[in-house]
Amino acid sequence: MKKLPHIHKVQELVYELKIRDAAHETVTISPETMMSQVRQILRSKKITAAPVVGDNKLLGIVSVEDYINWVQDGGEDVPVSQRMSRDLVTLFEDEAMVDAIKDFDRYKYYEFPVLSRSSGELIGIVTRFDVIASLLKALDIDYYRKEISQYQRTNFFQETVSESTFLTFNYTVAGGEIGRGGEVASKLKKNLSYLGIHPEVIRRVAIVTYEAEMNLIIYGGGGQVKADLDCQKITVTVSDDGPGIDDVEKVMQPGFSTAPDWIRELGFGAGMGLPNIKNNSEQLSIDSKPGKGTRLKAIILWRCGRDGEPGDESETVAVPGKDGEVADETKESVGGLISDLGAGGDA
Amino acid sequence: MAKYFSVQDLLTTLEAEILLDDGWIRDRICCVCASDLHSDIMAHSRPNSLLLTGLTTPQVIRTAEMAEMAAVCFIHGKMPHKETIELARKNQMPLVISPLSMYDACGRLHAAGLPSRDDIS
Ligand SMILES: Nc1ncnc2c1ncn2[C@@H]1O[C@H](COP(=O)(O)OP(=O)(O)O)[C@@H](O)[C@H]1O
Ligand SMILES: [Mg+2]
Repeated sequence: MKKLPHIHKVQELVYELKIRDAAHETVTISPETMMSQVRQILRSKKITAAPVVGDNKLLGIVSVEDYINWVQDGGEDVPVSQRMSRDLVTLFEDEAMVDAIKDFDRYKYYEFPVLSRSSGELIGIVTRFDVIASLLKALDIDYYRKEISQYQRTNFFQETVSESTFLTFNYTVAGGEIGRGGEVASKLKKNLSYLGIHPEVIRRVAIVTYEAEMNLIIYGGGGQVKADLDCQKITVTVSDDGPGIDDVEKVMQPGFSTAPDWIRELGFGAGMGLPNIKNNSEQLSIDSKPGKGTRLKAIILWRCGRDGEPGDESETVAVPGKDGEVADETKESVGGLISDLGAGGDA
Repeated sequence: MAKYFSVQDLLTTLEAEILLDDGWIRDRICCVCASDLHSDIMAHSRPNSLLLTGLTTPQVIRTAEMAEMAAVCFIHGKMPHKETIELARKNQMPLVISPLSMYDACGRLHAAGLPSRDDIS
């Protein structure tokens, strides 16, 4: 089937990536392990379930739920093999990621054991978190990493919303290489569109980043470009250790430029870069001193929601929401990613 | 009333030839942006415009990408650099080339009814 142009990158990736790209190794327990030990094992490994393996074969899975049921039933100490769940839904390592996503939707399990197709042996386990993490990695996204292992057990989506920034993109730009100007803005633009952010928002972020990147190369001698996303704004920070600016107000004037002739011949140096950045962002601050480098910070407001549509159709530039509203929206956005993937898989 | 132009109309009007296109060119081009300054292109263009320009370095492809141009048309029959074509290929940016001057190209497009950005509300 010919790919429709509107199927975006994430949807392509769920077909390209295999379960093995997301799976992680796991602790297993033997069928002879006693139920009384289960709690300690799960707890020490910070997991909620462990596959039960005997003779290199996956026999079942024992979870916190099995443990609780066992306690409720009187807690008579028996081998795990007598209390584990036996009807398992498993995935093969060579299946497409989309199969895992469909199964998460269908079975409402948090994780699935992953088997080798040839030997039938257990290779690892795949969780919802693993799927998200591997997609982000494939998209070259430096997602906000904060003790990820901690999130494996708790709800990743709920945990991340308490952080104001949920994604950070970091790039380094070399100075002087005019011919490479725009590489970073281009990468960032693509990444944002993979995430399904509204095109109008993306265009503004791209223009802001591109202009600042060119200044970084031409005047700043190279430096860093960073974009932080949260549910209300995209913050583009561009910093260098170059010569700095002595009069910020003056360089902000439309048409002001110190570009040499050869730069002008290339179509730059019209003195409209900083005014463009200002016009495409809600807030612009330039922190600079001669000899101390320059730090430009531009904030573009948006509202995440399903598909990254601005929250209200009537306004393309969204106003930050009230506290409390924010958390829900972030959850919806990341959760929305997963359900969209599921939907994409059915199409 | 915004009127959309088909690629064929444009090529005829500009006596232009396609330099690079692999089915990317969109058949509905809304308007025209004519400039040789990168920042001006970004400041004064609408997405899905045809960019008329005398710039031929790879940077113009970056600028067209950021500003979301539908296609880039090089005027004066100016052949872009090899790297420019390469970058355009990577970014699926259609390229056309017209022998006309900027003035003539703009004049013809205007007479044919293709608006600049500001004519569209
Ligand atoms: N990172 C920077 N370091 C030092 N000077 C800068 C930097 N960014 C901008 N400038 C100064 O601000 C001026 C205006 O920048 P801009 O509005 O982008 O116009 P242009 O790049 O066309 O000159 C530049 O000519 C330069 O003198
Ligand atoms: Mg500039």
